[in-house]
Amino acid sequence: MAAVMAPFVGALAAFALGGRNAQRVAMLTILAGLGIVAAAAHSGGGLVYLLGGWAPPLGIALRADGLALAMMLAVAVVVLGIGVYACAGFKTPPGEREARAPFVFWILLLAIWGSLNLVFVSGDLFTLYVALELLTFAAVPLVALDGSAETLRSALRYMLYALAGSVFYLLGTMLTYGVYGTLDITLLGARVAANPVTVTAVALMTVGLLAKTALFPLHLWLPPAHAGAPPAASAVLSGLVIKGSWFLVIRVWFDVFPGVVTMPSAQLLAGLGAAAIIVANVVALRQERLKLLVAYSTVAQIGYLFLMFPLAFDAGAAEIGRGGALTGGLLQAISHATAKAAMFMAAGLAYGALGHDRIAALAGVARALPLTVLTFALAGVALMGLPPSGAYVAKKLFFDAAGSSGQWWWELVLDTGGLLTASYVVLVLAHALVRTDAPIAPRKPVPRIAELAALALAIASLALGFVADGALGLDALWGKLTLSDLWSAVLVLAGGAAIAAAFARDLPQIFGGAGRFAFGRPLRAAAVAVGGAFAGADGILRRWPVASLALLAAAFAFGAALLAG
Amino acid sequence: MMDTATLFGLCAAALVGLGLYAFIVNPQPLRKIIAFNVIGSGVFVLVGAVAYRGGAAGWGGDPVPQALLITGLVVAFCASALAIALLQRLAREAESVTLASDAPAAPPATPE
Repeated sequence: MAAVMAPFVGALAAFALGGRNAQRVAMLTILAGLGIVAAAAHSGGGLVYLLGGWAPPLGIALRADGLALAMMLAVAVVVLGIGVYACAGFKTPPGEREARAPFVFWILLLAIWGSLNLVFVSGDLFTLYVALELLTFAAVPLVALDGSAETLRSALRYMLYALAGSVFYLLGTMLTYGVYGTLDITLLGARVAANPVTVTAVALMTVGLLAKTALFPLHLWLPPAHAGAPPAASAVLSGLVIKGSWFLVIRVWFDVFPGVVTMPSAQLLAGLGAAAIIVANVVALRQERLKLLVAYSTVAQIGYLFLMFPLAFDAGAAEIGRGGALTGGLLQAISHATAKAAMFMAAGLAYGALGHDRIAALAGVARALPLTVLTFALAGVALMGLPPSGAYVAKKLFFDAAGSSGQWWWELVLDTGGLLTASYVVLVLAHALVRTDAPIAPRKPVPRIAELAALALAIASLALGFVADGALGLDALWGKLTLSDLWSAVLVLAGGAAIAAAFARDLPQIFGGAGRFAFGRPLRAAAVAVGGAFAGADGILRRWPVASLALLAAAFAFGAALLAG
Repeated sequence: MMDTATLFGLCAAALVGLGLYAFIVNPQPLRKIIAFNVIGSGVFVLVGAVAYRGGAAGWGGDPVPQALLITGLVVAFCASALAIALLQRLAREAESVTLASDAPAAPPATPE
């Protein structure tokens, strides 16, 4: 398949041609790859490619179904955005010595893209394992691109935890082979039956993938790794890499073992997601640094991605099924990929201009970098799930699924998550919009092209709502937005501001008045105590022994939940 | 009497268990990498047992798991090599090679 081959060919060519040419080769490959993926998407799903002409079970098949094509197209667009953004930061101007970081960045970007495409189209559990490992091997060096001791430590922690996850996944794969004698997804989907070995395999594979996706409480590696990397690398890691293992969970649950997974196990998965949304959002609100805030926001958004599993359950057939909830989950993922990449890019631009990213000292940024702050705001709107973003359409689909299956509690989680997301976006904007007497002078000029690339991704995330609305025939946006939608948006923002005023570490001036009310002071003290408790719990969960035990405990819990159904 | 495949399966389980124990309790990264390799060996012994059990029609064993096994070995080798390279680099940059995870909670006052 050309879409898988192109990035790898590009990566090898960039490696062979050396430092100065790596960027050119990478950008050419990105454009070519985008064309190939667009052509494949235009021709429709259902493409099958047999490697070497061998048919499964002996051979390996690559299958590009609708899910895979949608994800490939989204990833190609985000890679293009990140590539344009990185042209400013990772360039080798003529006359300058070649540096290691730009050279490695372009090769790794292509390698990550190729591995992701392989994850999306693989039709075989073992090929998926290899693709997943390639993805990890390409992502780990991105964390340590600047080579400081702190980022190396983050990279090593990521690597070791990901290895634990991959060995769990491999063990599950091999148990599956032992029972069914094939790893081809289509053949397995027809053969599987719920028995103890299969249940063990599903539990092991799921937990291994969750460790790689960093679903709470298996997220010990994510915040330092994503916050320490250079901005373009953070955008890749946060927007794209985690989607690889998340997509694999979908494959395993929806395509390989649809008859084995049970309602309690799906509820457990979404329960972890809900815990991620609540805890990580509050911890994000307590951060001092902008990049750590965005990283914790990623941990929370990963939680959203797992809410769809119980909603996709068909109560009548007692089986997980493709439907509105799965479409919603996919939309949520694409929306998050674009918005989070844009947000990390904006944070990186602010960091580059100020020389720091302390949230409390962002005053005056809005005047110095209006486009960047606008990008942050738009990406924030997309993450909150306000109309017309893709996440809004996803939310609508989730609400429909929750309403029809009577699972009202997930609606509650979704709304709470929207409020909490609004709170930290409002907090950052409130700091950034503060007027300063002297305009701040950027430490170094901010490249306009990078600002525009980030803005384009943020706008793409908003426009996704219209695209999805049209493609799915939902008819939820055009002319259907009423005054009540506007009111609920205002309500979300106001609620977010109130939560920010209660929980934030440093309050900007405009919130200063809150303490003057008689009831304000004890409320704020209570909120600060709760926030501190959440941050403390997060610190304990991110200790190595606790996180490793959590991995084992999660495996047992999934095994039990699968047997219980 | 226990047959060969079961014996190998039990050995595999024991190896995975030992490796997991070491992975959780040892704080040093190098020991964690070695523990990962012990778990990996357990998985590969299991693959061998699966291949042996799958032998039929006059074949000594099922060839597909053996192909998977070789690929898996290569991947595990690459993983160990990459992890050790990171570890060496970390040892050169910093005095201590711990994974203490509270370091990022207290970010440096001045950005690097």
